[in-house]
Amino acid sequence: MSNSTDSPAGAPEFAGPDDAGHFGPYGGRFVAETLMAALDELRAAYEKYLKDPEFLAELDADLAHYVGRPSPVYHAKRWSRELGGAQIYLKREDLNHTGAHKVNNCIGQALLAQRMGKTRIIAETGAGQHGVATATVAARMGLECIVYMGSTDIERQKLNVYRMRLLGAQVVAVESGSKTLKDALNEAMRDWVTNIDNTFYIIGTVAGPHPYPAMVRDFQTVIGREARAQMLDMTGRLPDALVACVGGGSNAIGLFHPFLNDTDVAIYGVEAAGDGLETGHHAAPLCAGQPGVLHGNRTYLMEDKDGQIIETHSVSAGLDYPGVGPEHAWLKDTGRANYVAIDDQEALSAFHSLTQIEGIIPALESSHALAYADKLARTLTPEQSILVNLSGRGDKDIHTVAELDGLKI
Amino acid sequence: MSRIEACFEKLRSDDRCALIPFVTAGDSDPTITVPLMHEMVAAGANIIELGVPFSDPMADGPVIQRASERALAYHVSLTDVMGMVAEFRQSDNDTPVILMGYLNPIEVMGYAKFAQAAQVAGVDGVLTVDLPPEEGAELMSLLSDAEIDPIFLIAPTTEDARIETLCTHGRGFVYYVSLKGVTGAASLDVEAVSEKVDQIRTHTSLPVGVGFGIKDGESAARVAAVADAVVVGSVIVNLVEACAGSMDKTLDQVAALLRDIRTAIDAV
Repeated sequence: MSNSTDSPAGAPEFAGPDDAGHFGPYGGRFVAETLMAALDELRAAYEKYLKDPEFLAELDADLAHYVGRPSPVYHAKRWSRELGGAQIYLKREDLNHTGAHKVNNCIGQALLAQRMGKTRIIAETGAGQHGVATATVAARMGLECIVYMGSTDIERQKLNVYRMRLLGAQVVAVESGSKTLKDALNEAMRDWVTNIDNTFYIIGTVAGPHPYPAMVRDFQTVIGREARAQMLDMTGRLPDALVACVGGGSNAIGLFHPFLNDTDVAIYGVEAAGDGLETGHHAAPLCAGQPGVLHGNRTYLMEDKDGQIIETHSVSAGLDYPGVGPEHAWLKDTGRANYVAIDDQEALSAFHSLTQIEGIIPALESSHALAYADKLARTLTPEQSILVNLSGRGDKDIHTVAELDGLKI
Repeated sequence: MSRIEACFEKLRSDDRCALIPFVTAGDSDPTITVPLMHEMVAAGANIIELGVPFSDPMADGPVIQRASERALAYHVSLTDVMGMVAEFRQSDNDTPVILMGYLNPIEVMGYAKFAQAAQVAGVDGVLTVDLPPEEGAELMSLLSDAEIDPIFLIAPTTEDARIETLCTHGRGFVYYVSLKGVTGAASLDVEAVSEKVDQIRTHTSLPVGVGFGIKDGESAARVAAVADAVVVGSVIVNLVEACAGSMDKTLDQVAALLRDIRTAIDAV
């Protein structure tokens, strides 16, 4: 197996993907022939520019001056004390421009698009965070932007839809299938096949055909690289555990990847258990699904006995996806990372705790990670530490939470 | 000799172009499919391409996606589709049947079980849209053991080296996707198709089928002038949708369309 990314020596099993985009049996390139040439072109550009000092310098400058990186690591002292266990540290991706980690990847891919001479950007979005980040970056670069979004999601995320329109993006309602994120992804793929000459498809997560899972990861590992140095700086040692929520898994892999060879650091990916794993109404393919092929890669999926993809359920639209990035599938099988699930109620409770105790309103997605950190902290000592990726802020979720609390704003 | 090979050999000696209609199995309801297959053969179809319904048909346009949704409303599974082929085979042992679909239902069934069941049912070819040869070694080898032809798509954007790979792994015929886009898309540039078909023929002696964008006798005839087979999909599926609920109407209208196309391509 050859490596397409640099990795510290000692744990080559985590150095994926191989040349064909495989992480163990997962990943790969399962697409129609109509997409192959575009994927080859993208891969060549990605491999070229990720080694190009000028490209990397421009990316770093944008991350510093436009996104506001590095994002801080914050020691949540009051909350930690209240839990009476491990010290909890938060990687504040919620403080990025546009309010979540999504923009790290969008900047990277948009710079690639520019270098490839593409003038039209397309994207899929579920909760709207990736759509907003894409529309933001497209506006700044003067690129045409079309965002595909399921009509169900458009209905429940009106604020983000308007935000994208303000930024000049065209938001296209997708009426097929379950009318959510997976259908938006199908539709974006169709657009790409049809307009391949001038169009760049910015996928928002570490899924899809090679090179997307590796490329999106590489743009998101800035999270983990910063956090690793920040923890060493603040505490003199690495954290005992990492916790991040997993929908497609981009914020989680961004945090986890730079720690994979630090084998003393336990890793927890938190999926959405929705109404509870036992009800079947959830979005937890790693915890309760099985391997299959969807959206260009082999990974764990939510599917029925005939191999049809089934609808997912979560209070958090950003975790409402029936697949998961293939590298997570591999980290699960190798045992390097543990995948757990948090249900809607637990996530909401953590949402309120962090808001009231630390004055930080977290996204409902990130609240899943916080809820697991809450459980985990209680099993550890005050001398130990947990680093949680606070992947996004909760402003977008205020209406959802108010409604669940029986309030009308 | 496989049914597909025999079919093309006969057509070649008659100097005719193959007509390959596509319908989604179980659309608009599961009872229509087998009678529709027979009716299409009677109307001049040489090979039947049968779509296996999938929840997320990424390479298809809205017309064929809706066909999948109609079939899935009846929970039509891969096993059911092979049952339909087996039923068709009871009274037609000559017309080749190709399954066209996506990989995940085959993954869930298991490659070996699928290949064996397809052979028993009388399936002749399998076109798995999202399984390129680079990922498909295991399935291709099992299909080959089961004497089933793997069929691959070639796109307008496919360059020579990949055309060579696809033609090396393909059997039966190769399927050229005649425009950039999804099934059911708009325009067809026959001159560009002709050039690409010539390019493909420098790599293979397999028959070349052309599909995507063929909607009537006129466009079929223009494609038939350069190809060994014309594949007609979305326009048929549109008719099935329009006639949903009536078996007689579905059979009559699809047959009438295919007779028109047959007449037009035979006049080339």
